[in-house]
Amino acid sequence: MDPLKRVIEALLFSSERPLSAAECVKYLKGATEGAPEDDEVRALAKTKQDEIAQAMHELHEEYAEQQRGFCLVESAAGWKVVTTPEAAPWVRQLFPENRPARLSPSALETLAIIAYRQPLTRADIEAVRGVNVDGVMQTLLERGVVRITGRADVPGRPLLYGTTEFFLEHFGLRSLDELPNCEELRRVDLPTAAADETQPSLPLEETTGPNGTEEPAAEPAATESAS
Amino acid sequence: MADAAYKVKLDVFEGPLDLLLYLVRKDEVDIYDISIERITKQYLEYLEAMESIDVEIGGEFIVMAANLLYIKSRTLLPVDLQGPVEEEGEDEDPRWELIRQLIEYKKFKEAAGDLRDRDELAVRLFGRTPVAPPSDGPATLLAGEVGSLDLIAAFQRVLDRIEKRKGAEREIEADRFTVSEKIEFVLKVLPENEPLKFEELFAGQTTRGEVVATFLALLELVRLRHVVVEQPGAFGEILLRRRGPALHAA
Repeated sequence: MDPLKRVIEALLFSSERPLSAAECVKYLKGATEGAPEDDEVRALAKTKQDEIAQAMHELHEEYAEQQRGFCLVESAAGWKVVTTPEAAPWVRQLFPENRPARLSPSALETLAIIAYRQPLTRADIEAVRGVNVDGVMQTLLERGVVRITGRADVPGRPLLYGTTEFFLEHFGLRSLDELPNCEELRRVDLPTAAADETQPSLPLEETTGPNGTEEPAAEPAATESAS
Repeated sequence: MADAAYKVKLDVFEGPLDLLLYLVRKDEVDIYDISIERITKQYLEYLEAMESIDVEIGGEFIVMAANLLYIKSRTLLPVDLQGPVEEEGEDEDPRWELIRQLIEYKKFKEAAGDLRDRDELAVRLFGRTPVAPPSDGPATLLAGEVGSLDLIAAFQRVLDRIEKRKGAEREIEADRFTVSEKIEFVLKVLPENEPLKFEELFAGQTTRGEVVATFLALLELVRLRHVVVEQPGAFGEILLRRRGPALHAA
């Protein structure tokens, strides 16, 4: 294995989070500070980003060919070493306490709407799903897949939501463009909360409503989100 | 007797639209061709079945029932008596709005199916687990584990500073500051990649009400995992940092 690939493998192996080629350029350069005399370190410090990306791809393919117990997965943030899905029944036992909860169907539905249509308000989501999403939004925020991105420029200034970097990482997406059928779903004209006034089919009159952080508080701030 | 079939799938519906989709699929008809009369009947039967076995029916299911009946009543009238369409536009078919909604919902439900597959895969992949580095690097304390008392102490210092500045003078003022505003404020002042000192967050804030709102906003952001609170050394400075994308495994 050539020196570059070996170093990249070492970096990927020891990192908890995904590493991008751009980041590795930094580490290769940074190594000269610790070992300025080392010829190999100096040589590798000149590596270009696309060479690193190439090395990562090759490692990815080699692991797959050799049918190793681990593999490389790519997301928006870069590549990451993980154990293979086939190894899950065994590896899982090493982490009995953090059995990862899968997302519920309603959480996934809500997440899908957010992923395709972000940024959007709770009321927008409810207009599509036809049900209240307060509880589900809480779960998604807590799981770190959804975040507050700002406020909509409409009366009441409701909060806007979007997906996080971690969303892309968890779902193994390099970008939102990788969502299936995204061309169509991102363009379609959705029933939005604002357009609903004239039609009775939606169960939300004015639900931009009282749930913790969302309301611009009329009450003293101190009592507001203390719960 | 029809009840038996219903009982099986009671809580699997994510809402009235989901139930309607199920009924449409069961009938093997195209969504565009749904018969309002038939689907309304089935929908109401379903609600009855749910009620008869004491399943609480969510308000949104009732709203949909009312809507279905409304659409049905309109379709029963001769076209010239249907009254003005409530929205301008050419959709004289009263079913159209519902159909459109169902189709949109169906697309996202399918998209959710793809996310589900990815989620299932993700929980079977195990990455490197956080291991404390052997060096003497700063420990990261998630607020709640160790930080809460330190946080309160630091907050008290900020409050003291304000009290000191004001002396005996007191002003009674309306609460001008809300937690939600301050959430935005914190997100704005917190740099993307470097930490901010806890006390710097309150720089320039002179009233108790404002400081309290800011502190609550910070707690909320920590709870929602947007912000991490760190204390590199015991009794040291408390630092706020935006949460990196991969600080926690799913």
